[in-house]
Amino acid sequence: MRYHPLTDHDRAHMRATIGVGAVDQLFSDVPRDKLLSGLLDLPTTKSELEVERLMGRMAARNVAAGSVPFFVGAGAYRHHVPASVDHLIQRSEFLTSYTPYQPEIAQGTLQVLFEFQSQVGRLTGMEVANAGMYDGSTGCGEAVLMAHRLTRRNKAVLSGTLHPQYRAVVETLGRMAGDTVEALPPDPEATEDILARIDGQTACVVVQSPSVYGHLIDLAPIAEKAHAVGALLVAVVTEVVALGAIEPPGAQGADIVVGEGQSLGNPLGFGGPYVGLFATREKFIRQLPGRLCGETVDADGKRGFVLTLSTREQHIRRDKATSNICTSSGLCALAFSIHATLLGEAGLTRLAAINHASAAATADALAAVPGVKVLNDTFFNEFTVRLPGDAAAIVEKLAAKGIIAGVPMSRLEPGRPELADLLLVAATETTTDDDRAAFAAALAEVL
Amino acid sequence: MMNTQGRPTRPAEAEAATPVATFTGNRGLQIEEALIFEIGRPDVSGVDLPPAPKAASRLGKHARRAPLGLPGLTEPEAVRHYVRLSRQNYAIDLGLYPLGSCTMKHNPRLNEAMVRLAGFADIHPLQPLSTVKGAVQLMQELSHWLLTMTGMAAVALSPKAGAHGELCGMMAIKAALAARGESRSIVLVPESAHGTNPATAAQLGYKVVPVPAREDGTVDPAAVKALLSPDVAAIMLTNPNTCGLFERDIVEIAEAVHAAGAFFYGDGANFNAIVGKVRPGDLGVDAMHINLHKTFSTPHGGGGPGSGPVVLSKALAPFAPLPFIRLDAGEPVLVETEEGLAEAETPFGRLTAFHGQMGMYVRALAYMLAHGADGLRQASEDAVLSANYVKARLSDLFNAPYGGRPCMHEVLFDDSSLEGTGVSTLDFAKAMIDEGYHPMTMYFPLVVHGAMLIEPTESESLASLDLFIATLRDLAMAAKAGDTERFRQAPRLAPRRRLDETRAARSPRLSWKDPLPAAEAAE
Ligand SMILES: Cc1ncc(COP(=O)(O)O)c(C=O)c1O
Repeated sequence: MRYHPLTDHDRAHMRATIGVGAVDQLFSDVPRDKLLSGLLDLPTTKSELEVERLMGRMAARNVAAGSVPFFVGAGAYRHHVPASVDHLIQRSEFLTSYTPYQPEIAQGTLQVLFEFQSQVGRLTGMEVANAGMYDGSTGCGEAVLMAHRLTRRNKAVLSGTLHPQYRAVVETLGRMAGDTVEALPPDPEATEDILARIDGQTACVVVQSPSVYGHLIDLAPIAEKAHAVGALLVAVVTEVVALGAIEPPGAQGADIVVGEGQSLGNPLGFGGPYVGLFATREKFIRQLPGRLCGETVDADGKRGFVLTLSTREQHIRRDKATSNICTSSGLCALAFSIHATLLGEAGLTRLAAINHASAAATADALAAVPGVKVLNDTFFNEFTVRLPGDAAAIVEKLAAKGIIAGVPMSRLEPGRPELADLLLVAATETTTDDDRAAFAAALAEVL
Repeated sequence: MMNTQGRPTRPAEAEAATPVATFTGNRGLQIEEALIFEIGRPDVSGVDLPPAPKAASRLGKHARRAPLGLPGLTEPEAVRHYVRLSRQNYAIDLGLYPLGSCTMKHNPRLNEAMVRLAGFADIHPLQPLSTVKGAVQLMQELSHWLLTMTGMAAVALSPKAGAHGELCGMMAIKAALAARGESRSIVLVPESAHGTNPATAAQLGYKVVPVPAREDGTVDPAAVKALLSPDVAAIMLTNPNTCGLFERDIVEIAEAVHAAGAFFYGDGANFNAIVGKVRPGDLGVDAMHINLHKTFSTPHGGGGPGSGPVVLSKALAPFAPLPFIRLDAGEPVLVETEEGLAEAETPFGRLTAFHGQMGMYVRALAYMLAHGADGLRQASEDAVLSANYVKARLSDLFNAPYGGRPCMHEVLFDDSSLEGTGVSTLDFAKAMIDEGYHPMTMYFPLVVHGAMLIEPTESESLASLDLFIATLRDLAMAAKAGDTERFRQAPRLAPRRRLDETRAARSPRLSWKDPLPAAEAAE
């Protein structure tokens, strides 16, 4: 087939060189009765054209976000990505290289990672960042484990502002690792009193701002209380574009900041691959999970970059490693970094302002629909509305009208009737006035 | 007849090429590139955006107060920056990339085109399920292929890479033991295992007990039996193993593990050697991750993203994490929450937000469809044939410590053939760089001295393999002939010479620090 350069003639020559008659002689260590004699019960090889047809048919059964008025967020956001980003990440030398284990021939990847770490540090207001995690949610899980190592305590307190699927990831990891995870109830109106839950056993408190409901949370008092009792504040950001507009968590006292980096450079892609941002204070670097890229010099004294502090990592420390992570999200980190570089401070600030104005206009349009209540006093580009009825059912009715309205909270928090009428609505620079008007009009019709 | 004399078309008699010190530090096509922090400006942008509409702020007291210090580049500057950086990387698209255990095979570009179809790239994980039927269908198709290839009962697609898959499989094992009312505390891991195996077990609170390798590089069932006890939760075994060998007693090991009430975790990083040849499910495996970014060629991207679906046996299937796909009257349904689960469905929890690495699912399925059952088997056979060919043609100059048996997709050499030459495995690897090759995996697995693990993959032509072999032979002979400078000074022709890793670790500089203003710096 087209991907296999060896011909039958080559294969015969190679077998003769090795000294075997049939290729199965090379599989002689496989138990005889287990070696398959025929082909697997799967279709046989296909041309490009045939594969395109099959895949195209599946793709066509999905409604692309860009083809309709679209208001879905909750941890993944539809943004416009400049064409040059996707072009550059498809450079062979970025796309088809491995983790930079041989730094002399991987300076491209390494310099990008150094720049990425620096950008993430500045965005989050932290001193150091690692070279990326799988995504925001797994980074959140790792942050809790890191806080446990740093404080030698094993109780994490999760705010009700946290994305429910992030909460589930932390709870799963915590339960399996023998830690205690205390989750506060969902906080749709930003009324929780988390300070009362922080005590001398607390390793860390995990708070998301903007919250999953869209509220902007004042982190400073939480950091203050946590620090007073020897606990750490883990701040979570699922929409990094917000950092173009709001105070960075680092400036509010966060000890670890984890973020979902998808918004910059990476398509929605049904949930992955994305890139997790992970930043902390300099004094905690020996407990960081994941790869770190550092500056050094080569034998000629020229500046260069290497993976460093790897005595934290699984390939050196094995069962004493800070994490088991190996392959992470290099190419997504590259996409993030290119997009951030193209925007620059001026572009990001403006992009954030446009997102905020877009969401504000959307909130105003929906609030004007009779029976609809916006719950947020503060928000960035996403907010929560209370509908006069079951939000999931209303979203389905709107989808039938060609409008993808948002995330019904019941999708993330099933079995909580008190949240069943809540809808999360996001708007970005891709949302138009027509989209907003169509949404409000259709909502008025179906209510 | 015009101007045929105007320009010399032949090089002048050249002297032997010596490195030239240039004014710029550039060397022809190899151009140095500064950091974005050195060339960017905070007020410059490569994205034109309209002014934000005037609107009342809803940021409350949370509006940002200080600048971030993020540099910007215009589009031409940015394109140049990243293209220049890209040229400092080696890549599969440039040449043979024999990193053992990493499976650097060709990445078909069709797969890149498919993942960029709007119906896959531009769909949100939380938009109504009625609007993503094709995505769920794709996940179901991929599951079907994976289960057919492995002969297993169920698959958890969501793990984000191999190591995440290990967590998934070991969590399922922990949950299954808990469901039996047991909490066992030991996990057996062979000494040759990848570091992620012991790290995973430890992360879940298990005590890791190493299993020694026997003389031929495989695991001795007697050694496993001697370590088994009612306190052993599982064994984590890589097959083919990291020495490139098929664990020939795997069935006996699996039976012993099961008889002791423990589970068999298979590290499937090397599944690419046996697809279509033998099914892990027939060997007694209970859980195994599959690195889609190795076996099924989703590109490595300089360190990810990966994707590590885990196939599960009947015993572990009920514990598969959320989300998973259930067939309701033949229709695939994405189950995302515990709401409305059947009694037999007892997921151990959730490993990630959303549904895993969809972008990798699309690429891997495109790869599978293109190959088909016949092409997949051919890929395994060619990978194994190529590794054995490299081994056969190098065995007189390199020592294969476990060379008595055929290898699978990779061949392991130690450094004994370099003894007395003053050339180490590291030196040898760096000399390969000057010859235009990415080095093999070095110093892994830990069970042999100065390991060199070579995985040529099925993507190389015979001519490419022969040239690679000839290069390694030339280098080996140069080492034996005492040409040590060639090795100790290598690489000389790469974008950088050897880098000072000690310095990087001793005084870590992990991010850009703006230079101090001249006045302060002078103080
Ligand atoms: C044998 C083995 N196991 C596990 C892994 C971990 O896989 P990943 O890097 O995808 O997490 C690797 C690859 O690095 C490997 O070679």
